[in-house]
Amino acid sequence: MANVEKLESIASQVRRDIVRMVHLAQSGHPGGSLGCADLLTALYFEVMHHNPDFNMDGKREDMFFLSNGHISPLWYSILARSGYFDIGELSTFRLINSRLQGHPATHEGLPGVRVASGSLGQGLSVAIGAAISKRLDGDPHLVYVLTGDGEQQEGQIWEAALSAAHHKVDNLIAIVDRNFQQIDGPTEEVMHLGDIAEKWKAFGWDVLSMEGNDMEDVLRTLGKAKEHAGKGKPVMIVMRTEMGNGVDFMMHSHKWHGIAPNDEQLEKALAQLPETLGDFPMENGAS
Amino acid sequence: MLEKYVVTGKKSTRDGFGAGLYEVGKQYPDAVALCADLVGSLKMKAFIDAFPERFFQMGISEANMMGVAAGLATGGKIPFTGTFANFSTGRVYDQIRQSIAYSHKNVKVCASHAGLTLGEDGATHQILEDTGMMRMLPGFTVINPCDYNQTKAATIAIAAHEGPVYLRFGRPGWPVFMPEDEPFEIGKGILMQEGADVTVFATGHMVWQAMEATKQLAAEGVSVELINLHTIKPLDEEMILGSVRKTGAVVTAEEHQVNGGLGDAIAQLLARQLPTPMEMVAVDDKFGESGKPIQLLDKYGLGVGDVVSAVQRVLSRQAVSS
Repeated sequence: MANVEKLESIASQVRRDIVRMVHLAQSGHPGGSLGCADLLTALYFEVMHHNPDFNMDGKREDMFFLSNGHISPLWYSILARSGYFDIGELSTFRLINSRLQGHPATHEGLPGVRVASGSLGQGLSVAIGAAISKRLDGDPHLVYVLTGDGEQQEGQIWEAALSAAHHKVDNLIAIVDRNFQQIDGPTEEVMHLGDIAEKWKAFGWDVLSMEGNDMEDVLRTLGKAKEHAGKGKPVMIVMRTEMGNGVDFMMHSHKWHGIAPNDEQLEKALAQLPETLGDFPMENGAS
Repeated sequence: MLEKYVVTGKKSTRDGFGAGLYEVGKQYPDAVALCADLVGSLKMKAFIDAFPERFFQMGISEANMMGVAAGLATGGKIPFTGTFANFSTGRVYDQIRQSIAYSHKNVKVCASHAGLTLGEDGATHQILEDTGMMRMLPGFTVINPCDYNQTKAATIAIAAHEGPVYLRFGRPGWPVFMPEDEPFEIGKGILMQEGADVTVFATGHMVWQAMEATKQLAAEGVSVELINLHTIKPLDEEMILGSVRKTGAVVTAEEHQVNGGLGDAIAQLLARQLPTPMEMVAVDDKFGESGKPIQLLDKYGLGVGDVVSAVQRVLSRQAVSS
């Protein structure tokens, strides 16, 4: 696991980006973004074969879909840091005339995004379609999709669950971010989800579990998931994370799901996150 | 000119879709089809038999079907989704809006059993709001062909069109009168009869009703210009404005609510560019009910007689205003 240290240092910079972006815009969703930072860092900097010279159709490369689109600050940072667009553009997040919309969109032509998301429950279906498309093309690459745990309350998720198992979409690795938080409070209080792993097993999926804020386990489990692919079943990873991970005062609560830090909170957060790759500069128009 | 349109039989528009889809399968290796447990109703069997590896049964899960179609389109496929018009639009509006329209996916949403002519199943299934919903989505093309031949031609034409399309057709056996070789061009109306007194713009099954009305009106000495507007969005503005400049009176005819449909679209165009006396033959803010297609059209104001009286009304208004 020689790469763990390198990936952790990238994830630290990504977390700085998230907090700074949401602070600049005074709007956005830091909690889930921070919690999933290790997963996306591992996917884009180690696990996936992908091409930052972006092609919409994703042929002959792995594809990633973000279904819980509100954690866009994380995805934008990851895409910029892996070369899809200039990191300076991160300073335009949620501002007028930006390609970095509040929720991910293809409309402004942002490289790396293949479908809009934000209205929850849709991304898994889209990923299934993309995976079937690869199968038709004889393309051996994989499709990854991240969903939230609150998102499991959408009916479309379970339609998708049925169909991926029925059509044996085994080139698909889905991940559910099990942070037990949603906007109105703990998931088990808002709408009891219970044992998510057992539910997915019952729907015919190959289910793995992962500690999503432990880079070693993330790498190990993603490696295992790849081995489980191609065996007749779609793969689901139930990923345990801490919302707000990396910033102590943003953890242990749903409070930081969708609010921005003030100047003082920003300083406090950045003090906990080493700057490893250099902070993104301000582009014209950002203040 | 109407003589060109000779009835050659009675077939449903959904049969036209099925025949067109099979042709699409032959011509486009990237074309794929999805269905939500209505393969027989949508007449998709020919495609499925010929291209089983390119067909995906999605079960009674329309929301997922729309998302999977968006994903297939992302991967470079040309997905055609098939279910009833009700389940192709209202039931999945947000999926279509976000994953298809906003994301500009090349998905063809193919919708059967639209409108009152669905018949006996009643108002739960007789959607009369779908055209309105779909034409509100930026970038969506909306097409409502009039008979078997035109639906087949439209199905083939939309495969070559890059972008999301809503193709609306129906259940009942219906007169087939469009020539098989009539070219189909998205966004271009078809002038079926030249006339001088009034322009009737009709779409879908109502083209036939409007043809019958045109013949009756001719016997009364009224010269109707009849235009078959299979494409509701984008509108053929050039043809519409050209015709209305000549006739100065307009009637629209469609199997849809008066709110949101073809009449609304043309009224918007004319209000901005060429205010003109206008009548709309459409369902007036009501839900349908069970019954035979023709009984329902008559009861809800979409009969041949309703088109005739709408023409008479608009001509009397025009006489007053001029």
